[in-house]
Amino acid sequence: MSEISVSQKSKVQCYHCGEDCDEKTIIAHDKHFCCDGCKMVFEILNKTGMCDYYTISDNPGTNQRIKIREDKFSFLDDHKIQSALLSFTNDTETHVNFYLPQMHCSSCLWLLENLHRLNEHVIGSKVNFERKEADIVFNHEHVSMREVAELLASIGYEPYISFKDLKQQRPNLNMTKIYKLGVAGFCFANIMLFSFPEYLGIDSQEVFLQGTFRYMNIILSLPVFFYSSSEFYISAWKSLKHGFLNIDAPIVLAVIVAFGRSLYEVLSGTGAGYFDSMTGIVFFMLIGRVLQDKTYQQLSFERDYTAYFPIAVTRIKNEQTESVALPDIVLDDTLLIHHQELIPADGILTRGKALIDYSFVTGESIPVEKEMGEIVYAGGKQIGSNIEILVIKEVSQSYLTKLWNRSELQRDRNDEERSFVHLLSRYFTWILFAIAISAAIYWWIIDPTKIGHVVTSVLIVACPCSLLLSNTYTNGNILRRLGRNQFYLRNAQTIEDIANINYIVFDKTGTLTTGRYQDINYEGETLSESIKRKISVLASHSTHPMSKAITVWAKQGDHQNIHIHDFKEIPGKGIEGTVEGEHLKLGSAFYVKKAEQGSALDSAVFVSVNGIVQGRFGFRNHYREQVPALMTRLRKLGYPISILSGDNAGEKEYLEQLLGKDTPILFHQKPEDKLEAIKMIQASGKKVMMVGDGLNDAGALKQADVGIAITENTATFTPASDVILEASMLPRFHQFLLLCKANKVLVWTAFIVSILYNIVGESFAVSGNLSPMVAAILMPASSITILLISFGASNLLSWKMGLK
Amino acid sequence: MSVIIILLLASISVAALFLVAFLWSVKTGQYNDELSPPMRMLLDSVPAKESSEPAKVESL
Repeated sequence: MSEISVSQKSKVQCYHCGEDCDEKTIIAHDKHFCCDGCKMVFEILNKTGMCDYYTISDNPGTNQRIKIREDKFSFLDDHKIQSALLSFTNDTETHVNFYLPQMHCSSCLWLLENLHRLNEHVIGSKVNFERKEADIVFNHEHVSMREVAELLASIGYEPYISFKDLKQQRPNLNMTKIYKLGVAGFCFANIMLFSFPEYLGIDSQEVFLQGTFRYMNIILSLPVFFYSSSEFYISAWKSLKHGFLNIDAPIVLAVIVAFGRSLYEVLSGTGAGYFDSMTGIVFFMLIGRVLQDKTYQQLSFERDYTAYFPIAVTRIKNEQTESVALPDIVLDDTLLIHHQELIPADGILTRGKALIDYSFVTGESIPVEKEMGEIVYAGGKQIGSNIEILVIKEVSQSYLTKLWNRSELQRDRNDEERSFVHLLSRYFTWILFAIAISAAIYWWIIDPTKIGHVVTSVLIVACPCSLLLSNTYTNGNILRRLGRNQFYLRNAQTIEDIANINYIVFDKTGTLTTGRYQDINYEGETLSESIKRKISVLASHSTHPMSKAITVWAKQGDHQNIHIHDFKEIPGKGIEGTVEGEHLKLGSAFYVKKAEQGSALDSAVFVSVNGIVQGRFGFRNHYREQVPALMTRLRKLGYPISILSGDNAGEKEYLEQLLGKDTPILFHQKPEDKLEAIKMIQASGKKVMMVGDGLNDAGALKQADVGIAITENTATFTPASDVILEASMLPRFHQFLLLCKANKVLVWTAFIVSILYNIVGESFAVSGNLSPMVAAILMPASSITILLISFGASNLLSWKMGLK
Repeated sequence: MSVIIILLLASISVAALFLVAFLWSVKTGQYNDELSPPMRMLLDSVPAKESSEPAKVESL
């Protein structure tokens, strides 16, 4: 035992991935590595002289501790799958686009764009960093798609290919709004230029020049009127057809009236018209739209179960294994499921011992043991050795898929009609009409010749653009601010929805707790260091998550040289074995103590040495940082909280202590139960926000007024939701709520300012004195004020909160 | 007077040129990824070999 060398440099960072080398340090090429995987990547790069990878950024790699199964990408040999994935192919080269979630720094970019140096048959590659994708061109005569995928995996960038990729191509980005904005900007700026002579009082002698400028304005305003504004026409027309006035209706009215009147003025030679104001409205409006439409390309809020499934699984047919795409699985197929693989369809276990982690589907944190002949449901993840299942339901018919296809989850919410801005705009439109009509009546009495002039002026100057601008600019800015803090909203309407929330429901497993770590507390006889080490050795031979947790807990230095004899693992019971002459047993009360003891709720593991029981390990889910503080803050802000957990009630006391006795905490909640619970709360008139993480929350997330999906890593799968929140930012959750609430105040403030501008403008218009120059000054001035208010105030606010 | 007309045409066509340049840059996807080009230009080594059909790669 004394020869065991223990690396005592406690905090050595892995040269490749930068993680602490806690378990065992591998020293190669004078560098420290945390695992073989990291070392291998380094060696591949070293061999081809690509160590620049390590100089561009420090420790640029991602951890390689979990090995990738050897034939994982064998499905890429299938021609049907290949043709679904590739984007272009000819005689010699093939273009394929892979999603590489591990991409994160400039080193990644460099390495991925130098793939041709690793394999000469790769012709080129181009990275899209925002989408974390790489377009790879390779010569398919010499290298197959599978080999390309394996090359990427071997250097630590395992392509993520899901079932969804097969079914549909990602839609191309919609750039039409940008084109429209560009055209509007061009026309607006030039019209402004040509209008200056009018404002500055062009010499009435220069009739020819004046005419030229005016006609140029007409020509320049045509693209804006017919092309750039089409956005608003379509939206206004749609809402009119549904029988209500949305905010675009008064804009369209203003644009049409301004254009018509200007055209009349110029053609009849009575004036210069309001082309500059009209194009200005459209331009500023489009800026707002583009800002608000900025989406997070790398995130998908609309995922369904297909994104969760692998693209293909291994089927056993006539004693041979083959890769089969998911839709091609039929009844009575025998599937081979490897360690860490998902079960794609409901089936009967026919070989091997199953230990299935359903945490993502049901929320239970402890994996379930299944014996041969039992039914296993789709969506579970096998842990441990390989198993074989006989398919009894096809993928599209299985439990998980059905859960997803429940009809009430298909509903679409009409975003537009919910916003208070649209309610305001309706009043705005009616008030506008009232002003126009009363002005018309007044002038009809005083001077009927001026009616046309006054009414059109009223409609032109009173366009609600400042209202819309204040809304779109503030929303757009808050969206960006929240996004920078890893709180990604699906769209701008979600801000308002969040502000209106008055009830918060949390899921437990994976949301308040981390899925990965478990807290262990040991009760019983004190364990000596050598016993601890032996326990650790024993536990390390099992893949059960509890054993893994014990391995880490009991770890005492390096135990590579310690051997184990007579190792036995009885599924669902425990493990035993002889380590250095001592017989150790780890397992349930019955297994270790031969006695039925302990509550069913408690998932304790007992340990015995040479038949003498030493003590028990208690497990508790590890709560995320600052969860208690967050709960206190949310309660202080006046949000009632409740917790829905799919797990057992083992932690009821702890949660009650955390949240107070009056908080409803429900356990053993199936996905349907969660959905019903949300409905019940909504029925009592509350606006509910659901915070969850797994498929088991998917129904509740959709049913809730706002569904927030928590994820450790935005690159991985999350269920469909309105918001995606990175787990590390959970402690700041209450600040995000506050910021969303402040958004409404800001919009109102900006709106009031715009009303003041409108009053000024209207007073000019009603009195019949609106000159094109006043309009041209008022419009941009109000827009810029609004811009300053919304940007300035929201930035100041988030800065005060200490947000990025 | 005619000189103003010429200037006017000149200024409009210069502006139109920029508009076309802008539309072209949007169309060819130069705004699709705003993160990688700034990183790419700081890397010393030779960029990936040009593919025989580079346009295809760029425009997805």
